[in-house]
Order: sequence, then C-alpha cells, then structure tokens
Amino acid sequence: MIEVPTPEQPAAAGSQGSQQAPAVYVAGLRKSYGDVTALNGVELAVAPGEFFTLLGPSGSGKTTLLRLIAGFERPDAGTIELTGADVTGTPPYARDVNTVFQDYALFPHMTVAENIEYGLRVKRVPKQQRKQQVARALDMVRLPGLGARKPSQLSGGQRQRVALARAIVNRPQVLLLDEPLGALDLKLRQEMQLELLRVQREVGITFIYVTHDQEEALTMSDRIAVMSNGGIEQIATPVEVYEHPRTPFVAGFIGVSNLIERDGDQITVRPEKITLLTEHDQAPADTHVEGGQVTDVIYVGVLTRYVVALDAGGELVVSRQNAGHSGATVTRGNQVRVAWRAAQAFTIPR
Amino acid sequence: MESTGLRVALRIWVALVLLFLFVPIAAIILYAFNKSTIESWPIGGFTGHWFSVAWHDSQVREALWLSVRVGLFATGLALVLGSMVAYALHQFRFYGRDGISLLLVLPIALPGIITGIALNSFFSFTGIQFGTLTVVAGHATFCIVVVFNNLIARLRRVPGSLAEASMDLGARGWQTLRFVTIPLAATALVSGALLAFALSFDEVIVTVFTAGAQNTLPLWIFGAIRLGQQLPEVNVVVTIVIALTLIPVILAARIAGSGAVTR
Repeated sequence: MIEVPTPEQPAAAGSQGSQQAPAVYVAGLRKSYGDVTALNGVELAVAPGEFFTLLGPSGSGKTTLLRLIAGFERPDAGTIELTGADVTGTPPYARDVNTVFQDYALFPHMTVAENIEYGLRVKRVPKQQRKQQVARALDMVRLPGLGARKPSQLSGGQRQRVALARAIVNRPQVLLLDEPLGALDLKLRQEMQLELLRVQREVGITFIYVTHDQEEALTMSDRIAVMSNGGIEQIATPVEVYEHPRTPFVAGFIGVSNLIERDGDQITVRPEKITLLTEHDQAPADTHVEGGQVTDVIYVGVLTRYVVALDAGGELVVSRQNAGHSGATVTRGNQVRVAWRAAQAFTIPR
Repeated sequence: MESTGLRVALRIWVALVLLFLFVPIAAIILYAFNKSTIESWPIGGFTGHWFSVAWHDSQVREALWLSVRVGLFATGLALVLGSMVAYALHQFRFYGRDGISLLLVLPIALPGIITGIALNSFFSFTGIQFGTLTVVAGHATFCIVVVFNNLIARLRRVPGSLAEASMDLGARGWQTLRFVTIPLAATALVSGALLAFALSFDEVIVTVFTAGAQNTLPLWIFGAIRLGQQLPEVNVVVTIVIALTLIPVILAARIAGSGAVTR
C-alpha cells in the first residue's frame, strides 16, 4: 500500500512549509466567466508524489482549477505556487507541469512517436536522446513498437496511453489529468485506473486528477478534494471522506445519501453499516434501533438495497450482502427494524 | 425504395441538367478545331491551325502573361493578408471581432460591378495610375475572402486543446504556430490559394474598371467577341482557359476533401 498522508499534515504545510514545500499550493483562487463564478476562493496544498483528486459534479469548478494550475487561464485573484515558486503569471510553456487532456489532444498530423517527443523537441533535446526516451515511455505505457502509427489508427484506450506517455516523458513535477478516462467504457476504465496507479508509483510524479466519478476517486487517490459550486467542501483521505463526510453535500455526493434529522442534527449512516432486523431478530448489543417500513427492494447482484421509511421520520437505504446466509426474506411493505452502532453514525457539523 | 420508373426518370433528369451545363462548353472546344471561320453545323473539318495562330498572336500572349501575373500577385497578397486576419480573428478575442469578420466577407457578397466602380473612382480620385497594380488590388479584394474563409473554417474545426497541448508541452507561440497550427491548416491554405487564383484568372467585371491600357485574357476575349473578327482564335483561347482553370479547381477540391482533420 502507498503511504497516505494524514489530512492535517499537507494542508498545514502551507506555502512556507518547514521541511518541504508542497508540489502545488494555491490560495485565494477566484475565477469567474461573466456572471458565472467558477472558483470562489480556493485554497489547497498537494504534497510531492501525492495522488490528489479533485472530485465534484460538472460545474463545480474542478476543471477550472486544473486549467489555472496548468496556466491556460489566469485567475481573477489568488496565487499559484509550484514547489514554493510563485507561477501565477507564468505562461503554460514555462511551467513544469503537463496535462493529459480529456479529449487526449493528440496531434493528428504527427505519428505516435512524434507526439511523444514533441515536448523534448521544442526544448531542443538532442535527437538520439529523444529517441531513447520515447521508446522508454512507450514501454512504460505498454505500447512498444507503435511509434510509427498515426493517432487515428489507434483505439481509444491506446490514445489514452499515448497522451499519458506524451506528458510523462517530460518528467514534470506535476501531472494534471482532466477526466482522462471519461471517454472509455467501464472495463477499459478499470484497467486504466490500475495502469495509471502503476505509472504514478513508477515515476513518482505528483498527480492531480479531475473526475466526477466518486468510485474512481475512492479507488485511486491518496487524498480527495470534494468540490461544489466553485468551493472546496472537504479535503481528506478516501476513508475519511467516505466515513466522516464534513458537509451534507459530501455525504450525498460520495456514496448513497443517507441523511436523516434527529433532534435538530443531520445524521448520516452508510448503508452497509446498518443491520436490517426482522420480527424475531435480536438487536445487537450497543446499537441504536428504529422501526420502519420497507418501501423498495433493489437487487444489485453482490448485495440488495432496502429503502426503509422510518417511523421517526426520514428514509434510510440499507444494504445487505447476498452471501446466502441471511435470514428471512424481506419484501416491500414489511415492517422491519434497523440498527446501527452509535460510532457508525456521523453527525454533520453545522 | 423508389420504383424503377422513378429511378429511370431521375437519371434522365440528371443527364439533362448535365447536358444543359456542358453542351455549350463542349461546343466551344469543338469549334476550336473547326476548319472554317464560320460557326456552322456540322463543322467543316478538323484542324489545329487556330492553335498555331493563337500561339503566335502577340496580343494573346501578352494578355495571358498579364493574367498569370495578376493571378499570382493577387493570390500571394491574399495569402498573406487573408491568413493573418483569419489567424488573428480565430486566436484573439477583442471588441469588434464579429464586425470585422462580416466586413471581410462582404466584398464577395457585393456585386462585382460595385467593387469595380468603387475601386475605379477611388483610383481616379487619388490619382493612382491604372495598370497591373490596380488590377491586382481589385482582384485581391475577393481573393482575400476566399483564402480567409477557407482558413478560418479549418481553424474552427481544429480542437482548441491542440494548441493548449502544444503550449503545455513547452512550445512558445511561434513554435505552436509552426509545428501545429500551420501544418494542420496547410491543405486549407493551398486549396484557398488555388481557388483564389482560378477566380482571379477569369475575372472580367472588376478588371474592366481597374485595368489601364493592357488587357487580361478575359478582357481580350471580351473585345474579340464584340469585334467578331477572330472567333476561331477566341474558341482556342477559351478552350485553353477552361483547361487552365479546371486544373486548380480540381486540385483544390481534392486537397480540401482529403486533407481535413481526421478524428
């Protein structure tokens, strides 16, 4: 397993960290397009070598933040630092950052090899050296021998790999990935997720990864910044974000929204932490128990989801593994009880 | 599925339209080889004599040479100005951008006679001597539009992320222009230039109002037909012009078709 930084540590490092400057540090970033505010004072610090994900729905500002770090656009206010150096006004070609674009943006008139060596070519790296590095990059993304092809002759997954190779061949300090797997089908996407993680560990480059797919974010990231409406809702490890969402938005966006109100507090419990009890079942010790009625049963293969309308108000989704040992079958309209341990429920701060 | 009857009718219809378009052209080419000086049917016999007459006619030679020169200069001027404007309008956002875009395309929508008269009075007013340069300037007004339109259509089709990717990989503005933008637009530039040359080569109206004492080839043809003295020679010259005009048009169509950005 990779080392997971604690949520407090990198954020606290700030711009003048005592040991090591963060790979990327942004503060007070604002950007609007006409009347639309895309970013509303964002601050975050990404540790060197970290796999950092910007997660949010479309329009949450994650792509804008990425484009500001890449330098394609200038912020209205705020600063951007790369390893401690202010690059807010630096053009993209002078930033030690590379981007993997959502549409790959491979040059259609160049071969795969020419695409990959482009960054080295404009920096006047000698030809012999370029050739070696291109070959190595092609090996790394598992496309050896495809250098002479044109991008139009490649499949979507292969283009994705070429785009990755074209970026990492430059050995940037930070690699920005803008929904790089969005155009691929599910199977290929899962394959590429593992591939990306492997490459990231091999080259040790800091990755900033934009996605709207919460599962992708949870699988791949060291830390996740959940964004909504141009602001950051929470920055934490996947486990932290999932188990202890800090805002109702995070609770709803990551996983199933299981929000109920009790005594004026908003409480969330993850569906798999809730035990479903029928008439004769004993409630486990030290649990909070409530009664309700099953309003829906959704079978999804590995597990079944039950929607329970609680007598005390509100609705919870309960999921139960289809391991074959579970007791009586529960169907729609059944009266049931649900139970969870107090530690598993999380009160969302006001 | 349409019925057989309809299909046959459609084919006949298409054939008629094509005949309507091409019979006159075929007639001219045929008469270029006519032995007799009178255009009568059937023709009096085949001869290559008029080609020789036209070839040795110094007026025709001078007119042809002038047309080629004007075409090349006008195309060159259009390439420089048209592509610079297209690039600027595509690349930068500024106040009045849409207005400029409209103003640029307007000359081709205006009747040639208006462009001609306007240029004529302008040159007279400013005291500029009518000659090759004034004709070039007149032709450039519509050649620029052709180059501009071709290029900006291509630039709009090239995804913006390509230029961004180039900058992202460390290329400065001029490197991006040289390695990415121009190669991707090259075929559009060539087809625009060929089209501009073809338009300039057979332009009459604007030329009439901007030429001095010299004749371009179309002007010579126009004069010869009005006088009615050298009809066989005119037919020969027209045949040659058809051939010369067709080549760049076909080339342009081919390049524009095959060179498009592929996905």
